[in-house]
Amino acid sequence: MTKRQKTKTANILFTVFAAVAALMFLMPTVLTIANSFMTSNEISANYGAMISNFTDNKKTFISENVNLKFIPDKVTLAQYNSVLLKSPDYLLKFWNSVILTVPITLFQMIVAIFTAYGFSRYPNKIKGLIFFVYIIVMIMPYQVTLVPNYLVSEKFGILNTRWAIILPGIFSPFSIFLLTKVMKRIPNAYVEAAKLDGASEFQILTKIHLPLCKGALVSIAMLVFIDYWNMVEQPLVLMKDSALHPLSVFLSQINAGDIGLAFAVGVVYMVPTILMFLYGEDYLVEGIVYSGGIKG
Amino acid sequence: MNKLKDQCGRRGERIFSNLCILPSLAGVLIFFLIPFGIVVYYSMINNPIVHEFVGFDNYKKLFTTVAFQKAAKNTAAFSLVSVPLSVILSMALAVMLERNIPGKSVFRTFFLSPLMVPTASVVLVWQVLFHAHGTINQIIEKFGGTGIDWIKSPHGQIIIVAMFLWKNIGYNMILFMSALAGIPRDILEVAELEGAGKWYQFVHIKLRYLSPTILFVLILSLINSFKIFREVYLLTGDHPFDKLYMLQHFMNNTFNSLDYQKLSSAAVLFSLIMIVIMAILLIAEDIFGKDVEN
Repeated sequence: MTKRQKTKTANILFTVFAAVAALMFLMPTVLTIANSFMTSNEISANYGAMISNFTDNKKTFISENVNLKFIPDKVTLAQYNSVLLKSPDYLLKFWNSVILTVPITLFQMIVAIFTAYGFSRYPNKIKGLIFFVYIIVMIMPYQVTLVPNYLVSEKFGILNTRWAIILPGIFSPFSIFLLTKVMKRIPNAYVEAAKLDGASEFQILTKIHLPLCKGALVSIAMLVFIDYWNMVEQPLVLMKDSALHPLSVFLSQINAGDIGLAFAVGVVYMVPTILMFLYGEDYLVEGIVYSGGIKG
Repeated sequence: MNKLKDQCGRRGERIFSNLCILPSLAGVLIFFLIPFGIVVYYSMINNPIVHEFVGFDNYKKLFTTVAFQKAAKNTAAFSLVSVPLSVILSMALAVMLERNIPGKSVFRTFFLSPLMVPTASVVLVWQVLFHAHGTINQIIEKFGGTGIDWIKSPHGQIIIVAMFLWKNIGYNMILFMSALAGIPRDILEVAELEGAGKWYQFVHIKLRYLSPTILFVLILSLINSFKIFREVYLLTGDHPFDKLYMLQHFMNNTFNSLDYQKLSSAAVLFSLIMIVIMAILLIAEDIFGKDVEN
């Protein structure tokens, strides 16, 4: 075999492998969407065995096996009809999610822009130390910050309100970490040139750093949004009133209860992230200019 | 005179850059650091009413708690397996997609798709896959094997490793792809001309340029390996079978039983371990960072 043929065979092999792997990654998305067009009965028949209390319901036939099913027997919008029109509860929870996630994402980004700028300009030892502390805070799983969060919320009297989730969310250092690394890569020559033109520090931030970081900002905002859009633990601990709970919490409970609707609710909940992807996937890919490493 | 003015200007700029950090620092202090100080204090008193200082007694009690031992062991095992695995697999995928294969950008989108699906819906799918009568067992049985009840089996951690990899590999892969694209072409061309094989090029050139990204992905994976608890929790609830009982379960349950002393000492201990790990990674960065620059 010549070298050229060899590369060609290798490429075919890699393509096949990549295609199989990629399809496996896509499978849950497709499954969720496909199953949202099934009737509730079909879903209970296929997945009912997963939920023990469902077996009491003698009306529907429940297979002992749990079957993965991609193509509905009968395509129907019945689930969507129930979710969107019959029970306003779902839309209310959806709104709860929006009203928590959007302010957190927006204000976390604003805080991050200034803070990352502060970290990236004139670095010194104290800033380095603070940055290290931020990294540690960022790594902590939610369960470690659970008690601190609870204590603060109690102290400020915001326990059981949305603020108990929004305020710590705004100051969560994840986006600062990423954005600092991006801003540190902005060539100093740009800044010097702007200074010669008499730009103030604030103008350097708004006229140079922000435009250059646009892709990174979009991609980081997407990551933050997705993270909070799926929150489960925080509302359960910090907001006793389930009327305030976001759809992500509700969605996790619906799995055990009304599984016939779970897929449609899942798809409805996916709409904002899908839209974000359509708009921002290129940013997500190109916005990644972090050189890697820790300190940036 | 001009120099003096310049210095004053510099000083103003410095002050502005410091001021930029202040709001965030205030927020982090109020919402994370000061309350964490209180947690450290809690970990050293006997109970929140009497406030008697007991030194490290709570820590000693923690270490002898069987549930904690089990949880710590499971969490460590999971992170030690899944984090390196996610780095290696996502790097391998990135190298593969770097080749000239058709449909690259479509594949890329597919690999990123796990970011879109709501966590709870994903958990539903995983339940279907790993159920005692679920898809994976059906496949195993088709080939003559016997299925097992995965969630309750000693192999239960396979489920969360798979969930973790599925969710995070796509984004990590993109990080590696952009790092690969950033490697200077001329170096690779020279190596090619001198007859260096693909493997040699990878180990001796690419891997060096990728090392900052490896470190970066390592940290992201570490964070995400703790976040996967959300999925585990939705999959198994408060008290899962042996192997799936994670440190976060332990903390959640001690929180619910109001045992703040135990919870606080667990939280402090966890933070200390993270500080050590981060410090090691920082030192590693200094060593490898210099390596690339030369």
